[in-house]
Amino acid sequence: MAKELIKGNTAVAEAALRAGLEAYFGYPITPQTELLEHLSARMPEIGRPFVQAESELGAINMVYGAACTGKRVMTSSSSPGVSLMMEGLSYIAGTEVPAVLVDVVRGGPGLGNIAPAQGDYNQIVHGGGHGDYHMLVLAPASVQEAVDLTVLAFDLAEKYRHLVAVLMDGSIGQMMEPAELPPMQPMKTDIPDWAVRGTDGGEKRVLTSINLDPPAQEVMNLRLMKRWQEIEKNEVRYKGYYLDDAEYVVVGFGTAGRISLSAVRAAREKGIKVGLLRPITLAPFPNDILDELSEKAKAFLVVEMNSGQMLEDVRLVVRGRKPVEFFGRMGGVVPYPDEVLTEIKRLVDGPLTTEGHPRDRWLARLSETIG
Amino acid sequence: MVMADVPAKIVYERPEALDPRVTHYCPGCTHGVAHRLVAEVLDEMGETGNTIGVASVGCSVFAYNYFNIDFVEAAHGRAPAMATGIKRVYPDRTVFTYQGDGDLASIGMGEIVGAASRGEGITVIFINNANYGMTGGQMAPTTLPGQKTSSSPTGRDTKRQGYPIQTAEMLSTLEGSSYIVRRSLHSSREIRRAKQAIRTAFEVQKHGLGFSLVELLSTCPTNWGMSAAQSRDWLEERMLPYYPLGDYKVSPAVAELKK
Amino acid sequence: MQQEVIIAGFGGQGVLFAGQLLSYTALDEGKEVTWIPSYGPEMRGGTANCTVVISDEEIGSPFVKNPTAVIAMNLPSLEKFEDMVEEGGVLVVNASMVNRGVERDDIKVVSIPANEIAQEIGSERAVNMVMLGALLGNLDLLSLDALDKALDTHLPERHKKFLPMNKEALRRGAEYKAEAVEPA
Repeated sequence: MAKELIKGNTAVAEAALRAGLEAYFGYPITPQTELLEHLSARMPEIGRPFVQAESELGAINMVYGAACTGKRVMTSSSSPGVSLMMEGLSYIAGTEVPAVLVDVVRGGPGLGNIAPAQGDYNQIVHGGGHGDYHMLVLAPASVQEAVDLTVLAFDLAEKYRHLVAVLMDGSIGQMMEPAELPPMQPMKTDIPDWAVRGTDGGEKRVLTSINLDPPAQEVMNLRLMKRWQEIEKNEVRYKGYYLDDAEYVVVGFGTAGRISLSAVRAAREKGIKVGLLRPITLAPFPNDILDELSEKAKAFLVVEMNSGQMLEDVRLVVRGRKPVEFFGRMGGVVPYPDEVLTEIKRLVDGPLTTEGHPRDRWLARLSETIG
Repeated sequence: MVMADVPAKIVYERPEALDPRVTHYCPGCTHGVAHRLVAEVLDEMGETGNTIGVASVGCSVFAYNYFNIDFVEAAHGRAPAMATGIKRVYPDRTVFTYQGDGDLASIGMGEIVGAASRGEGITVIFINNANYGMTGGQMAPTTLPGQKTSSSPTGRDTKRQGYPIQTAEMLSTLEGSSYIVRRSLHSSREIRRAKQAIRTAFEVQKHGLGFSLVELLSTCPTNWGMSAAQSRDWLEERMLPYYPLGDYKVSPAVAELKK
Repeated sequence: MQQEVIIAGFGGQGVLFAGQLLSYTALDEGKEVTWIPSYGPEMRGGTANCTVVISDEEIGSPFVKNPTAVIAMNLPSLEKFEDMVEEGGVLVVNASMVNRGVERDDIKVVSIPANEIAQEIGSERAVNMVMLGALLGNLDLLSLDALDKALDTHLPERHKKFLPMNKEALRRGAEYKAEAVEPA
């Protein structure tokens, strides 16, 4: 199928539909609205359910219900809307049913603004909902990757009976890029045995997240964690650029990652041996490659469109072996490549330290520029 | 003299839609009656194997243990949203929620209004017992003015705590709702009438006529601090005046069906 | 090789479509391209604009601080983007809407009365194509023929009757040449 120029939000919607999405439930919020709008036209056109819910609470619980039937279902939202969905996400995790969430992140906290940001890293990667659970988190950096990861999200959700989030920021949602959409897949016909459908005279099925008996709940938690270990073993994805001879390594995901790529190339032109590690799965986090790089590289620069939420995961792996510095912009401000280049040069020029916290040093510098 | 040969005839048995196990409900509580009515109706309609139930949070949180039906368990208040998700992918199945008054009329008000206004083709069994039962008898949106509960110890003061919500009346104002009625479970006569309403509500769904809800006035002797008999009287004397029984919404298509 | 263009103006001047046409052409020519509307770091300010990045390799940042070229359809756009054009880059100014000269002397400046030209050839709505033509006449980015082809393919069906006018607009714009850059 040929590439077409397509907006990120629209591309994700169409990719989901072609991947066999059987029902969509959502609520309008900028900057993800085109996703919902596209499906509001396309789903009824091919006879599949689309519901604009009364709220994000309604939407995620409609997804919960439909997910209990074992069908391919999803919702999409943006940061404040996803906050409202946290309840339902925890229940879905606790019931072990597959579902896909697309979060097109905007500036926050609170109502914030509609500009692109990555401030949802913590709420998506490290929970947000209550209890011991993980979401498998995919972070595209381009429209094509958003398409591919959306299709993958459904497969992974079903493979592990798991929640899968596609975490992208507003600029990927709003940007047009050439992308090849997947071919139309037939809808799934095999319904998993655990899915409710009516007993038809057979044994009844019950899907619930309640376990009043703590030892039984603990067994369930153990099952979830074992499954997560399996996911950690099988599903880590990342993309490396210029890492082979890299003395310095920039780590950034999504849009911050591709902005860093421009800076890394500019630095390479100046003879600086710098590479880029762009995690594609934020959970599970690409620990092994980062661990390997911690032995080889002189120093790390983490770049994010937030206050350093992924930074903590990087520091956990680097464990003080090498200096880690941080650069971020917050609240919907997107860094330009030259800002990142300046930070790469700072890394090269030193002095570098493994003392203190990189966030403190960054905040001191940022305070001088934006007051 | 020879006794006439009278063949044995079963006049009462457990509906197939009910699981043969003892419930956790308190003595005198009418949840068991409501469960049985739903089960009898589904059996009589031949729908038991074609039904998916949605339990809610409250005393009926374990309803799925007592029905011999595929069941899911919703978050507090969200049963109508969950039922929407199921009904939309399985339009030919019977989907119902079973919700209490705290669940439906307080935390879940957004979801029930959304479902009713969309004319969602689900059936809602709504238990109104004027308090939060499971958590120990706190004030509910349905608690009567002056009624003492564990969180309105001197009686519900309408100046500070507002007024009870008349759910059936309110939902009946929505164009999307098709069949909204209130019945009671305090006497055998009313129980028979409640069953007829439940039957109609499921028939509404089966015929694709839209959103149906049966509000059932119920007793909660434990939290009301009464015997079972006293609680039946209290329901009749105190609840009926505030929550009159009746048909609040019968859409023309449903009226046609009832003929 | 990577080149970047920011097209800025009032809403209704066809700024976003001009950028999309560039992007479609780049795609048809087998290049990598990103198109992003005024959204992100440059959304501070009062103009509608879009950024188009065209490259031979995987594109990094879709946001650009110092683009190869800027098309300024009105005065606020000139005010905002004049300083941002990359040294040696191209600035196309709509002289019909701008009552001042350009201060930069290290870039190529194309000053073109685009509204008048558009009116001459049929409709002021072709102003975006006149400006785009003026850019392509002064920057080795994409050929006019390639843009013609993209117009044939991507102009919405209901606008197909404007095809000849749009193609003429591109060529009339391309006739305008930049003033020579003074050697520094």
